Amino acid sequence: MAVTAGRPTGEPEPENPLTAGLERLPVAPTTLVIFGATGDLARRKLLPALYNLAHEGALPERFHLVGVSRKEKENEDYRGECEQAIRRFSRRTPDEAVLTSLLDNVRYVPGTFDEESVYSELGTVLDEFEQEAGEPLNRAFYLSTAPSFFPVIVERLGSSKLAQHDSGEVRLIIEKPFGTTLEEARELNRRVLAIFDETQVYRIDHYLGKETVQNMLAFRFANGMFEPLWNRNYIDSVQITAAEDLGIGSRADYYDSSGALRDLIQNHMLQLLCHVAMEPPVNFTAEEVRNEKVKVLQAIPQPTAAEIPQMSVRAQYGRGHAGGDDVAGYMQEEGVPDGSTTETYAALRLEVDNWRWAGVPFYLRTGKRLARKITEIAVTLKPVPHLAFSQDGSLGVQPNQLVLTLQPNEGVSLRLGAKIPGTRMSIRPVNMEFLYGTAFLSQSPEAYERLITDAMRGDATLFTRNDEVEAQWRICDPIVKAWANDVRPPTPPVASYEAGSQGPEEADELLLEGDRWRAI
Amino acid sequence: MAGGDDLSSRSDAVWSEQGTTPDAIEAALRKLLVEVHAENDDFLPARVLNMIAFVDREWSGEIANRLRGVGRYHASRLVVLSYEPHRKQLDARVMIASEGASAPGELALLHETVVVELGDCHLDDLLTIADPLVVTDLPTLLWSPHGHHEIVAELLALSQAVLLDSVDEPVASEALDRASELSEQAYVVDLAWLRSTPWRERVAATFDPVWLRRELAMISSVTVRHHPESTVAAMLLVGWLASRLGWQTGSLVADGDALVASTDAGGHNVAVRLEAAPELQVPGLEGLTLETESGMQLGLSRGKGGLRAHQRDSRGEEREWTILGASRGETGVLGEGIRQALLRDPTYVPALEAARGMLA
Repeated sequence: MAVTAGRPTGEPEPENPLTAGLERLPVAPTTLVIFGATGDLARRKLLPALYNLAHEGALPERFHLVGVSRKEKENEDYRGECEQAIRRFSRRTPDEAVLTSLLDNVRYVPGTFDEESVYSELGTVLDEFEQEAGEPLNRAFYLSTAPSFFPVIVERLGSSKLAQHDSGEVRLIIEKPFGTTLEEARELNRRVLAIFDETQVYRIDHYLGKETVQNMLAFRFANGMFEPLWNRNYIDSVQITAAEDLGIGSRADYYDSSGALRDLIQNHMLQLLCHVAMEPPVNFTAEEVRNEKVKVLQAIPQPTAAEIPQMSVRAQYGRGHAGGDDVAGYMQEEGVPDGSTTETYAALRLEVDNWRWAGVPFYLRTGKRLARKITEIAVTLKPVPHLAFSQDGSLGVQPNQLVLTLQPNEGVSLRLGAKIPGTRMSIRPVNMEFLYGTAFLSQSPEAYERLITDAMRGDATLFTRNDEVEAQWRICDPIVKAWANDVRPPTPPVASYEAGSQGPEEADELLLEGDRWRAI
Repeated sequence: MAGGDDLSSRSDAVWSEQGTTPDAIEAALRKLLVEVHAENDDFLPARVLNMIAFVDREWSGEIANRLRGVGRYHASRLVVLSYEPHRKQLDARVMIASEGASAPGELALLHETVVVELGDCHLDDLLTIADPLVVTDLPTLLWSPHGHHEIVAELLALSQAVLLDSVDEPVASEALDRASELSEQAYVVDLAWLRSTPWRERVAATFDPVWLRRELAMISSVTVRHHPESTVAAMLLVGWLASRLGWQTGSLVADGDALVASTDAGGHNVAVRLEAAPELQVPGLEGLTLETESGMQLGLSRGKGGLRAHQRDSRGEEREWTILGASRGETGVLGEGIRQALLRDPTYVPALEAARGMLA
């Protein structure tokens, strides 16, 4: 409705009484600008997510999309590409009327990201949308480009006065990776925060948009039974696994310059660790949740050069078998440079030195071409102090283990000791299983649907804060550097594991006495 | 269910027995579940919600069709009590169906449907027939689309939520009184209310910018256009505005083909007008127009690809646009009703009571 009806006067604004009881909260009218609009992420994830939000009526009442990319093309051509991407990658079959209406509001601005003319044209398009709407529209700039363009785009947005808007909010959404070293992350933060306020910045870690990750907070903080056990007195170790059965596919260019540590551990897996180890926040506002996560990251000691060989393992997959087929090793994958030492497997043993967790090892491992795809967190409790049962003829009493599975079958499993039926008091482990899929009617939205909506609503809870991303890099940076400089002859610096296996044997060396990796 | 038009056509495991008992049905359910799981341990029973549907047998095919369309919102266990007055024997069928073949390593959920054919002679013991058939500890949704208020009263003992559609009652006052009465005993999921969800969301969004919230106190007229048999839906929408904005609703009176009321909005009146829209083919709302004392006007109407918004600002400038959103259709609304049985909307009952105030 019209903006002339009464602009802000400085008086406290009344609450909106109409939002009570609504599942979908209003999102302010917004123009979303995607830099890198013709890239893979935009086609596979962002455009389908926008369509699904439109389908559900979850986009703002006034919504426009502007694609910015280097390739010259007309608006109509870009709309055609959007349509194709949505039809191919959307999780639901598009409703023709909704798709047509969504595409009607799409524009394209061609040009390289350092060209001033791109930003002046963009400004013109944004102004036109506002004139057409008759009201100010919030602006969200989504950087879905190669990371090297992030500072360029941010600075151009600043110099062209697009980083601020007198009558609306301006938000900056930045895809991962946020730097490839601590130094780069700090420099990127410095350049971003020279133009934008931290409250305007939304650093994407799409793991945080997954229902499964958010469920971890519900699991921990909505169930009183676990909290008394959730500390060093009862927990022996925590093991976080993100295993993939696939290889790198056609992503050699990206992957070989990244590796498993940067690709998954520095961001996603440290976030999972934070969710396991954080203290209950006072409330679930963005600042409180992120404060608690930062405290966990700060409690993890930065590894020294001497400690790194004892607390980290890296490896590459060699030839092997997957899904019944022979598969190539990493070095035989198309596009991988000769002599690459990039790790496709990384495992760390970390400690969280605080009152709750001191002495509890946190094992993190991730890899490609492992036995199967699974992401899980296993919390192993300490064994019982005294065993009154004979273990003859049994598999023995094993410590309780709580496993939170994030994918593929999200659920919680608790390993208990139970008596084997019969005359003897023999014990064997059994599992008590809960699967989320059996207990809810709704389909989980894609992570990007949630994250785009939250960014447009100005809710930063599921985004990484500047100090958080630097704290993550503070832990991983020494390892990245040590691995880059590791030229220990005569053994190869990178261990090897057979494709389709459990990973390298060297990973066992990380484990403290009595601990073992869970089978993947 | 009538004419074989039932859910068994997509079931993976079936059991049936004539002249059966609730114990035998329950035992058959357990046995079938064990068999299906033993055959493929990727198949697991969904454990979300029981739904009891008490239906007239002659219309049970139609109900089966409606339930078939709800897709993933299918209750995990559906107990259909198919009623035929003169039936003397209790017959039953049990079907266990999966949503589809599971991919390797992924789960497929099983949904159970129990159809019990019964007659007048079983009604005195209805509770003891239905009780063993619902999964203990799961919430139960009760639906009786063909009326039977006395049956609903009895089965409420097993239910935490009741599904109804207030537009099904031919008299608006009876519909609202009925919903109010049930609300005192269980959580009511009213399809007439759910049909207005997109409209309520859009009105809330329109007035969400802080500089527009003050306009809420200046609304001077509300016009709702509705399916001729959906007056209740229009009343609930006005009742929602009234309850959220603190209006004292006035009584509706006829004004030609429309119903009008004057509502006290604490210092000024709001003119309420409900107009039938004979061209509308489906139950629910066709359009909404809000005007404020500052001269603003917001119009919403059904359109392709979402609601069509029409806006006139205080200077008289007019704009139109589409608010994106796919139509859910009637099966989508029913599915949403089943899903809502697991949630709690605190705004329905106040809206209902405000709507009842328009009948005083």
